Parts: sequence; structure tokens; C-alpha cells
Amino acid sequence: MAELVQLKRAISPREEDSDSSRELVDPDSSAVDAQSSILDPPSSILNLRSSILDPPSSILDLRSSILDPRSSGKQYWRSLEELAGTEEFQELLHREFPENATEWNDPVGRRKFLKLMGASFALAGLTACTRQPTEYIAPYVRQPEELVPGQPAFFATAMPLDGLATGLIVESHEGRPTKIEGNKDHPASLGATDAFSQASVLGLYDPDRSQTLTHLGDIVTWPAFLGAVRPAVDAQRAVAALKPAKGGLRILSGTITSPTLAHQIKTLLATLPTAKWHQYDPAGRDNAREGSRLAFGQYANTVYRFDKADVVLSLDSDFLACGPASLRYARDFAAKRQLISGKREMNRLYVVESTVTNTGSVADHRLPLRPSEIERFARALATSAGVQTGQSAFLMDERRSKWLTAIGKDLREHRGASIVIAGDSQPPIVHALAHAMNQTLGNVGSTVIYTDPVEANPVDGMASLRELVTDMDSGQVDLLLILGGNPVYDAPADLDFAGAMRKVPLRVHLNLYKDETSELCQWHIPEAHYLESWSDARAFDGTVSIIQPLIAPLYSGRTAHEALAAFLNEPERSSYDTVRDYWRRRFAAGGQEPPIKVGAPQVAMGSPGAPAATQPAATSAPSQAASTGFEQFWRKSLHDGVVANTALQPKTVALKSDWSSQTSNPERPTADAPFEIVFRPDPTIHDGRFANNGWLQELPKPLSKLTWDNAAIVSPATAGALALGKRVNGFSTNRMSSIGREILADQIELQYRGRKVIAPVLIQPGHPDGVVTVHLGYGRTIAGRVGSNAGFSAYAIRTSDAPWFGAGLQVAKTGGTYSLATTQSHHLLDAEEIGERDIVRSGSLEEYKKHPTLGPEGQHEPGEQASLYPAFEYKDYAWGMAIDLSSCVGCSACVVACVAENNIPVVGKEQVARSREMHWLRVDTYYKGGQTNPDTYFQPVACQHCENAPCEVVCPVAATAHSAEGLNEMTYNRCVGTRYCSNNCPYKVRRFNFLLYQDFYTASLKMMRNPDVTVRSRGVMEKCTYCVQRIQKAKIDSQKEDRKVRDGEIVPACAQACPTEAIVFGNINDHESRVAKLKGEQRNYSLLGELNVKPRTTYLAAVRNPNPELGSE
Amino acid sequence: MGQIFNRSTNFISKVTIFGAFFFIGIIIWLLLEFNRSSYYTQAYFPREQPVQFSHKHHVGDDGVDCRYCHTTVEKLAFAGIPPTKTCMNCHSQIWRDSPYLEPVRESWRTGKPIKWTRVHDLPDFTYFNHSIHVNKGVGCSTCHGRVDLMPLTYQVASLNMEWCLECHRNPEQFIRPKKEVFTMDWPPQQWDPSPDKQWHQDVEGPRLSKEYNIQSTGVLTSCSTCHR
Repeated sequence: MAELVQLKRAISPREEDSDSSRELVDPDSSAVDAQSSILDPPSSILNLRSSILDPPSSILDLRSSILDPRSSGKQYWRSLEELAGTEEFQELLHREFPENATEWNDPVGRRKFLKLMGASFALAGLTACTRQPTEYIAPYVRQPEELVPGQPAFFATAMPLDGLATGLIVESHEGRPTKIEGNKDHPASLGATDAFSQASVLGLYDPDRSQTLTHLGDIVTWPAFLGAVRPAVDAQRAVAALKPAKGGLRILSGTITSPTLAHQIKTLLATLPTAKWHQYDPAGRDNAREGSRLAFGQYANTVYRFDKADVVLSLDSDFLACGPASLRYARDFAAKRQLISGKREMNRLYVVESTVTNTGSVADHRLPLRPSEIERFARALATSAGVQTGQSAFLMDERRSKWLTAIGKDLREHRGASIVIAGDSQPPIVHALAHAMNQTLGNVGSTVIYTDPVEANPVDGMASLRELVTDMDSGQVDLLLILGGNPVYDAPADLDFAGAMRKVPLRVHLNLYKDETSELCQWHIPEAHYLESWSDARAFDGTVSIIQPLIAPLYSGRTAHEALAAFLNEPERSSYDTVRDYWRRRFAAGGQEPPIKVGAPQVAMGSPGAPAATQPAATSAPSQAASTGFEQFWRKSLHDGVVANTALQPKTVALKSDWSSQTSNPERPTADAPFEIVFRPDPTIHDGRFANNGWLQELPKPLSKLTWDNAAIVSPATAGALALGKRVNGFSTNRMSSIGREILADQIELQYRGRKVIAPVLIQPGHPDGVVTVHLGYGRTIAGRVGSNAGFSAYAIRTSDAPWFGAGLQVAKTGGTYSLATTQSHHLLDAEEIGERDIVRSGSLEEYKKHPTLGPEGQHEPGEQASLYPAFEYKDYAWGMAIDLSSCVGCSACVVACVAENNIPVVGKEQVARSREMHWLRVDTYYKGGQTNPDTYFQPVACQHCENAPCEVVCPVAATAHSAEGLNEMTYNRCVGTRYCSNNCPYKVRRFNFLLYQDFYTASLKMMRNPDVTVRSRGVMEKCTYCVQRIQKAKIDSQKEDRKVRDGEIVPACAQACPTEAIVFGNINDHESRVAKLKGEQRNYSLLGELNVKPRTTYLAAVRNPNPELGSE
Repeated sequence: MGQIFNRSTNFISKVTIFGAFFFIGIIIWLLLEFNRSSYYTQAYFPREQPVQFSHKHHVGDDGVDCRYCHTTVEKLAFAGIPPTKTCMNCHSQIWRDSPYLEPVRESWRTGKPIKWTRVHDLPDFTYFNHSIHVNKGVGCSTCHGRVDLMPLTYQVASLNMEWCLECHRNPEQFIRPKKEVFTMDWPPQQWDPSPDKQWHQDVEGPRLSKEYNIQSTGVLTSCSTCHR
């Protein structure tokens, strides 16, 4: 291959038409005029940058490798190592498990091990001589109505994340919530769920959750807490009477949309004039809020209608995978580009982004930019779209101006049917520019709708937190109540929240876990999980859901409502009473916010009977009719999971005249610190709150496929410039360990604004050059057994003035290495001898119209007669699945849904590094094109349920067999663990329990498991079953009614969670079924179809809709 | 050096070699028979229960329908064990002071459930569904035997997979009209007064199997039908 590169170099020695190389050399060659010097970094820096990036010796290698994206001969590739063709990668191709994975690496020697094994083998037969242990049945004494043992019940509730709700339907087995599904009636869900809500059942049963109310670490009772808090609150009243008022109560919460909680807080604030309420979320949406205020002079909430948009431009917004409406947006977006039943129209997505995200990966055009460049880009675009930005147009380099022209034209051609959306990490001015563009393009009212804010009290969270810290520092705070959250860990480093908080005499912390913040608070109250709570919350469009509990608090947790009630003289008031009473009063007021009653409920302490008497006037006055009306309203709201007619009404907002006068002037890189840093919430553990959730920790992050860690993510060129990773054939790739499957990452020291943190480097194709992305949420010190001491804390270098990105980052190689467990190179489907296989099919809309199969030329699947065995016949059902690669956005909710439904264990970082993760479903990421900005394709792969399954014929004990309906069945009780099946599986979808991964002993986790699926033990092979338990249930239900299973009656867990409906399951014998129709599409193809294994799961080729004017960029 | 073994020992060695095959065969056979024995399967072993509950009395003598207590047998996988409330429906009126019923009354007073010993206990990797069997004409007595004659309940079937497959391979040999599912005495001594309407399983079975749309043997014997 080296010769090939040389040859190419000889043909075009200075060819520089590759995108990235032009970007690098552009500043030198272009005459830098005055205007462009405003927008472009000083040329000296760029000189420096290009000299860093272009070491003379290797520049030709680098360039030629970039020039030819297929230098390893691959069109599609899964990792840089594959593209570069490293030795370790070749090794991985040959082995499913690394060389040493099956070795006995224990202090016990081989001889002793063989002796022990021999003895246990000889004695193993004896275990068969035991009879089954006696089991007991304890029926109810008085069986509750409608609670039938063995029959799951489903309840509607909602999960708040950063304050905003996603509507859910929760499956409950005899009172134990076991599985989360989306609520079809909820606007933010439409039946889909994200990974966070899927994993929240594990959060509920987490044995590391805080279980006791503590004071200075000692377990105390609730009355003792009240005894301490009451006098402090009473003292506050006295303080409030003083002139000038000094000191006070402070409440710190996350963003609150809950009408009831906000009402309670406002009541408390009205009672105590010196009290203040602060809201802060480390991954909050301050920029979006402030952007609306900048543009319109008032807070407004923006709702996008992707179902009406033909052209979408995202300015650093990951709207398909992040944020409170991502599920809805992903559904609407995907529906507009589904090429089925003859549809030939697609929407088009442009993404300009400063890191790699799911949204950028599915974009038709993606432009990686430094974060500081996005504002300039947005301004230039706004100018070209006809917005008066008040500033002269900017010059961009040729490639970007081509982009600007093309996007500008496309947007103008789709007036009223386009969307410009700004990312939550971009400063307010970018949001204001997006608002102005949407106004100019006539999108407002059609695709962009403004409403009142969904937050009960919208504030700039960072400013709010800063104010609190200042107050605490100056001793003005007597009593601090922290309602959820972990500010000691996640507050920006420059604020020194912990130091300021220590100056508060009385600190109370309510949270699910005893964490870094609880350590520094005298009082810690265990919080009730949302599945244990009564509350309410709004969705992105304002729709209110009542949060109802599925189970009584496992650890006597309290809700925020109950903690606040203690401060409101209603110490024993349950959250049910609080929430219901609020809605009763609101119902009586005709849906309007009920007035705040100051000081009304004065109840003597310790009289639990009293709370009922607190609203005598409200309850006794209305007529019987009104109360039955409320009862109906309440029951309907609980049943539906949404309170009818609470979505906020569209409102008209006008751009302020001076909105564009503000410039944020993002910092530019300097010669000393040529790098920019991007902070993002972690794709799987968010801001750190899910750090102790094993399902989320082990979920491979959508693009890097990293588990159990975060990393400093850089582009290959930046890594090359810093001499990070391994250099092979002119590529900077991650260094694979030669024995395992982990990445041996170089450690770097990130120095940013005087603070330092050491981080392992992960090289990510498509990442913008000169930028380091770090994900928040790791580096927890007190998170629990799962989450503590994983990764590094990006909060340690995050500052309040630049919480999302900034320049001035210095990077230094420390020389150390760190092992990262990433699954990107696990379960590879390629084989070296064969060359590139037909794994992913993709093409542009134009190509699709001309050549609808999008398959490689001259390749076809073997015919019917190609098998020695007779074909199976299926009389009734033949189950099958179709996965539309066009729709998949790689969010990985399906993976967690599968884990939850099928009792899949967590294996831990060390085992993941050995390729032993147990996920039945994986989402493979494939890249196409050069490493600087490749096209990205996601491909969910689970057991393909082959017709001619290679696994079935090699099992010596018939533990894996073919069912009469075409399922490839795995019978655990027969499996003896030879692993022949896994060895013979071309898709590498079988998972073996090398060790006892399942936790059989933790009591709370026993409650979590799906009773319809066997819990597997050590030494057993397992794999996707197409959720056979759901198939059997539907079949039994249908047979009892003497009918066929209806299409859509069986929905596997992955398909049910999918926000884009990319996964469709059904009976392929029924030609009218959705799955059969999808399989009839011409883009339908079998993965590795040439093997003639005839998989039942087929894929629909991914189609992208690039702008012809931009070509394939 | 003389021979240690006499020629006649050859016979012993031959017997030993051939005997070994028989011996191993016998051992395997014994193991299999042990596996089927009621010592191992616990068939025909009445279980001790906290209350001396007699199905013979309730079903046989009093004629209480199965579904009065096992309420979900037609709807769910689990037939249902009655809550204490069901016992007290009658026993708050009759046998109010019987010492045998003290555990029931105690449960009712204290709210603590009666802890029954499970009689039919399938392994956890086997998923049996009562409702589909009952709805397809598999009678209670086909698997549970003459419960109406059992003072203390015991299982009459081995519950081995072999036993399950006996029916899953040939359901027509066991099914009966749906309306007779809860009949204990089946097949009837006298199906119909007229002699030409005697119950003939080999005639009625296939007919019912068709009528009830019983799944093909291939489906019924697929592993995932019972193992998930």
C-alpha cells in the first residue's frame, strides 16, 4: 500500500484539493485583507497552527492519505485503525476475542487449576442428584382489585430530566416497575424513549442509593430533622422583619417546570421576604433562554415543527439526540425522509458543528468548525439570508463561502418550510441570529413556533448560581436548601461553590445519592426517585404530566414537595396531597394558576391529621358537581399521562430593534494556547447524575463507542500534530493494545484558564481540528460502587464565563497511558481474505432514483438452490425485522431497552476491554470517506435469525435450534458453553457469560428483573431472541380469541424504544404487514447476504440528500 | 518366569470387558430411571400444607368449581392461588370455630398471608401458561389428575420435559371439548347415553384439534414455546 501512496504522490505531487488540506494551507496562500483578518485568527497563529499540523517530514504522507480516503482500500470503515490497516487491527479481524481473553490469568497455576477442574467435573454429576428446593406461595390476604398476580399493569407517568418531562408508560409486575416505555399520547415521547428513561429502572433499584436521613453522617429521624429546621425557619421570619434584612434562606434547585413545586416555592418565598430561589443545571439551556431574551426582549420557548421542514440548518445543535424534545424532533425529522412506498422526497439537513454528534452524523452536509467560528458563520449566513445583522458581511474561505451560498439559497427557496436551529452550547447571539433568520425566512408560525417559557421561573442559571455563591461568600445566607443536584461536583470551578457553601451555617441537601455535596451538608435527605413520587412537570411544549408513583419509596425517600412542606409549616404533608390540592385549586380556578396563600397553613408540628384541614375553604365550598368534575379530570390526567389542554399557546414575539448590537466576540486561539475546548454533557451519563447507573456506563457512546470513561476527543490531524496515538501509514490512530481490545490512550494535560486536568486522548474521525471535546459527568469521587473514580472531571476546568467552549487551552503530553474500553473494534464483520464486504449500503437521493438498490455492481445473493439442506416451510408466521439505516440516528436507546427487557447483565470495564460485553444489540458506526469529515452510518446489529443459521448446525447439544416460525432459538438450559455457535456466527452477535455477570444476590435488583425472561448464569451463551416473550404473549392472546396476530401487535423492546421508528418487526408471511412491505423495498438488503445464511433481519440502505450545488462535501 | 495368571482368568477378563459395557449401560439406565422416579420428580408425594386443605372435600364432596379459587386460569399464565379472602367468603359462615382453620383466621386477622407449599413447581427457565391450555381443550385433570379425589394435593405427573412433549407432539390424543375442561372425571365412563356416541379420542381428538386451531407440532415443540 505504501507503494500505492507513493505512486499517487508521483502523479499529483502538490495536489491540494482535499478539503482538509486546503483548510490548513488556506491562510498562508490567501492574501489576508483587512476584513478577513477580523474574522480569521491572526495569520501568525495560523502559521503556527499549520506548522504544528504540517510537520515537514510527514506532511506528504498525511496529505496523500487524506487525499485518498480509501488508502486502505476501504470504502466503509469502522475505526481509524481499520482505515490505517494497523497490525493489531488485522489481528482483531481473525479473532472474535483477544488472544488472552480465554487464558487463565490467575495466581492459581495451571496444574492446580486442572486438578480443581478435574475434581469439579467428576463431582458435577452429583448436582443432578438434588431435588428442586421447596418453593412457597404467599397469596394476598385481601387481593386488591385489578391487581392480578402474573398480569403486568401499565401506568402513565413522566420522567423529568433537567426539569422537562418525557411521558412514559411503565410496566409493573405485582407492584414492581420493571420496564419503561414511551407514552404515545405525550408530545415529547410519541411512544419512544431515550436511553436515560430506559435506564431509570436501574436507577430506582440501585442499591447504592441514599437510604437514610442523616445529620453529620448519623442516621436520624424525620422529626429530628423537623426539630432542627423549624427553629431555623422561624428565625428567618424574625430576620425578615429586621431592617435592613440580613441573611436569609436560599433554595437551590435545578430548572423547575413543575407547576406544583413552583407554587410551593413561591409560597415559601412570599412567606419569607429574605428568601431567594436559585436554579442551576450544569447542562441547562441558559443559552437558548438568553437567546430568546436577546432577540425578543422576553423569555420565549421555541418549538420546532420538523414534520413541516424541508430544509434544516443546525448551528451546533444536537437536536436529534440531546435536549427535552429530541425524541419528538427525531420522529418528525425521520418521517420527513422515509423513502417508502414510492416516496422520492426527502428533507435536507445541514449541520455546522464543533464536535461530533449524532445529528451531525446523519446530516446530508456536515461542516466541522471550531466552536468560536460558528457565530461568524451564523452571522455571514444571516446576512446572506437577508437579515440585517448590523454588521458588514464577513469573508470566509472559498469552501465556507460555497457552503454559505448554497445553504442561503436552499433556505430562501424553502421559505416557510425551513428551520434554523441553534445549539444549547452556542452563545445567546447565535440563538438570536437563528431567530432572526427564521423570521426573515417566514418560518415563524409554520415550522417555528414561539410560546411562553415552559420553566416556572426562567432564569439564567449561571448568573443565578453566581449570585448565590456571592451571597454565600459574603455571609448573607443562613440556611441553604439544595433540592436535588450536586453543585459541589458540577458547579463551575471558578465559582468555588464548596468553599462558599461552607460559610452557610445550616445546609440541607435532598438527593437520590449521598454524593460530593451531601458530604459537605449537615443534613442529607434521601430523595424519592421519580418512580416513587407524586409530582408534575411540563414537556418542551408546555404539556403538563402528573408524575405518579409506581411503587412506595424503597428507602423512605422524600420528594422535593415534602422537603419544602417541612419549610412551609406542613411537615407531614404528603406530596400526593400537595400535588392533588394544587390541581384541585387550579381546576376550580378554570385552569389558571391558583393564587398564593401566604401564611395560611399554620399547623402545629407533629399533628399528622391536620394537613387535611388546611384547605377547608377550598374543599367544602365547591358543589358536589365540581368535585366530581375534578375527580374525572384528575383520573383522566393520570390515566392519559398528560393534562389535557396544557400545551402552551403559540404567541407572537417581535424582534427587538437592537438585538444584533451585542457581539460576543468569542476568544480566538493564541500562539501560546492554540487549542479550543468544547464541553458537552455526556451522551450516556449526562451531567454526572447517572454516573452510578451501570447500564448507562456500559452503553457505548454513540460515536466513540467508549464505555466507562470519558476522554479528550481530538481529530486525527490534531493528534498527529501533538504526536498522540500511533502513527501508521500516515494516519494518527488510537493505539490498540496488542493483547486486549482496549485502546492504550496517551494521557494529556489540559490546561485551561489556570486549571489543569489529566485526560486520556481518543482520536475521533470527523472532529474539527484544533479542538478538544471533553464530556461532563465523569470523575465522580462519591457516586457509588459503579460510578466513583471513573474518568476525569471536566468540571475541574469548566468556568462560569465560558461553560460550553472557549479558547486558550494548552495541551501537553504527559507520557502516561490509560486504558480505554471502547467497543468500536469489537465484533468486526470484515474478513481480511475477502476484502471489503457489502455491509453498509448508502447513496444519495439522486443515486437512489437511478439505482434504487444502492448495492454494489455485479453482486447478488445466492439463489434458493444454493443450499444442501431443504428449505424450511412456514405455514403461519415467519417473524422478521427490517431496519431502515436512513432513519437510524444512533441514539442507542434500543440497546438500553434491550438490556432492560432481557435481563442483560453489566460486565464492567475490564470485561468490556476483553470484548465480553453482553449487549444483545449493538449499534455499529461506519464511516465513509476521508478521516477529516467522513459520512457516518449507524447500523444496529442483533441476531439476524438466519434461515440457514451457521450456529445451529454446530451446536453439539442442540441448544440453539430453528423454530417452526423461523426464530433462531437459544435454549439456555441446554447450553453447555462450547461457544462453537459464537465462533461460527458471521455477525458476531452471540454473547457468552464468561463469568457470573448476573447479580443474583442484591435484593433490590431481583425486583427489577423481567419475570418473563430467564436470568442467565455463568457458562451460557445468549443472544437476541426477537423478544420471544412478547411474541409468545401476543400469540397466546390471539389464539385465545381465535384470530391471527395483528400486524404491529408484537413490538420488540428495541423497536418500541426507537424514536425514529427505524426498526420494524412483524410477520413476513403476511404481505400486508409493515415489515413485509419494507422488505419489498428495493433498498432492502441482507447483511453479508453472499454467505447465503438468509438472515431474517434485513436492512434498508441509507439514503442521504446532499445539495447538488455542494457536491459530495 | 512362570505365568502369573492362569488361562482360566481369560474368561474373567472377557466377562469384565463385556460386563463393563453392560455395567455402564445399566448405570445410565438407572440414572435415567432415577430421573423419572417419583423420588426425584416428587410425583405422588402429598405436600405438607399450613392448612389441611382437602381438594377431595371441596371439589369432590362440595362440587366447588376449580375457577372459584383459581380465578385466572382462563386468562393468565398463572392459575392463581386464592387470597385468604376467598377462604373467608365461606368460612366466616361455616366451620367458623374449626381448629383446622385457625391458620386461615389468623391470616385474616393479622393480614399475613398463608404460606402454601408449592406442589407443581416447574424450573425457572420453563414458562408454562395455563390459559392457553385451558382455552384449547386441555382439561385440568389431564395434567393434575383426579384432584377431586386428593385429600392432600400431590402431583401425578413427572413434570419432566419428556412428559410435556408427550402432549405437545400429539395434542389430539389429549384434548377434549372446551366445555368439559373442568370436568374431573374424564374421559367419561358414559359420554352419551346412546352407544354410538361413545367418546373416542382417536376420532374426536383430531376433529377438536382442527376446530380449536391447535398449532402444528413443529410450533408446539419449538424450544421457545416454553423456554425464553
